[in-house]
Amino acid sequence: MSLVNLHQVHKYYGDLHVLKGIDLDIKAGEVVSIIGKSGSGKSTLLRCVNGLEQYQEGGITVDGKEVTTEDIQVRRLALSVGMIFQNFNLFPHMTVGENVMLAPTIVLKKSKAEAEATARAMLEKVGLAEKFDSFPEKLSGGQQQRVAIARALAMSPKVLLCDEITSALDPELVGEVLKVLEQLAEEGMTLILVTHEMNFARDVGSRVVFMHQGKVWEQGDPKTVLSNPQTDELKQFMGAVL
Amino acid sequence: MIEFSNYDILRNLLFATQWTILLSLAAFIGGTTVALALTAMRLTRNPAMQRIVKIYVELFQGTPLLMQMFLCFFGLSMLGYEISAWSAAILSLTFFTSAFLVEIWRGCIDTLPKGQWEASRCLGLSFLQTLRHIILPQAIRVATAPTVGFSVQVIKGTALASVIGFVELTKVGTMLNNATFEPFKVFTLVALIYFLLCYPLSLYSKHLEKKFHVSR
Repeated sequence: MSLVNLHQVHKYYGDLHVLKGIDLDIKAGEVVSIIGKSGSGKSTLLRCVNGLEQYQEGGITVDGKEVTTEDIQVRRLALSVGMIFQNFNLFPHMTVGENVMLAPTIVLKKSKAEAEATARAMLEKVGLAEKFDSFPEKLSGGQQQRVAIARALAMSPKVLLCDEITSALDPELVGEVLKVLEQLAEEGMTLILVTHEMNFARDVGSRVVFMHQGKVWEQGDPKTVLSNPQTDELKQFMGAVL
Repeated sequence: MIEFSNYDILRNLLFATQWTILLSLAAFIGGTTVALALTAMRLTRNPAMQRIVKIYVELFQGTPLLMQMFLCFFGLSMLGYEISAWSAAILSLTFFTSAFLVEIWRGCIDTLPKGQWEASRCLGLSFLQTLRHIILPQAIRVATAPTVGFSVQVIKGTALASVIGFVELTKVGTMLNNATFEPFKVFTLVALIYFLLCYPLSLYSKHLEKKFHVSR
């Protein structure tokens, strides 16, 4: 059964037609890498899936429920969809532990002790258990991004959306974040990533989606698609990336 | 005719200063309360609410405080509502203070990255939860210094209440001048008292600003 389903999704910014009829069906446990040039609509696609952007035509469902930008809907959606941002977006006035505990406490109404236990477990998972009481500004970019992952995981989402989550990192810090993602993939977490990390897409991903001019241009098994592109646009893109 | 010694002048002025302080406090508390409500209205994505706030701000920032006081005092009593000078002064100063504070605070909230809202939304926090746990704690840190700085304007604004007959520092200064014919002495003292009220606040505001920039 599909976990995330997009059917003929169209999105406009005023006159600009950003998504031109996207069809996508993602099953639980899949690791889907969305690649493409900037401006091809990949981030917008991700932001439509979790209700940060409104789409104008078509339909999106997550876990069988329709996605809209209505407040109540978004909040229900947040229970099944986690999101990691390029700029981490940690809450700077809270410690690492408080960042991770916040949503479980006030959204899921967990007790403080329970939320703390979850937070410690999630931080352990991303290898940052000892940073529980630190403030985000004291952490490196890679560490901050791993905290952001822990914060999303604490809500036990069914799918994790990652929007270029290694793009703001220094090259030597990219690896530690990808390692966490790889571990999550092994555990069966459904991941949808907008990424420029072709090696990750090939080695860890179960599917690659190449977007071009607001359409899904080409998709399939990463090894096949990336080593044997069918369209000129993907060939050109691969040439530019490699 | 009664003779006013320097001591008498000072004693009367200091007594009146209490009313200036009281009026300032009342206006400041009223102003912050209304400004909080207006800020919340502005932050909702409801266009009608945002429009109301916009008109409110433009109306009260775009007209002299003195006219607002006249309208509150004389206007309301002409409409049949008996209103004391004290109430009229508080009312108009509340309008004035809130109209400026809501703009100051908007600036502070706008300096917070949009990602803070988005991350909260993605974690399932409601609008009010986001405001309370994420936005306000950060905005308050930014807003404290300019808000304290603005309180100086409120204190100086209370002087206008003398015109509608509220007996505070400026009014008593005028009365003492009429009795003693020593404008230079009396008004220098009045100005000095205002300065002593305002200057510590200015210093405190600067101190807060510096502290904030260091901690960033």
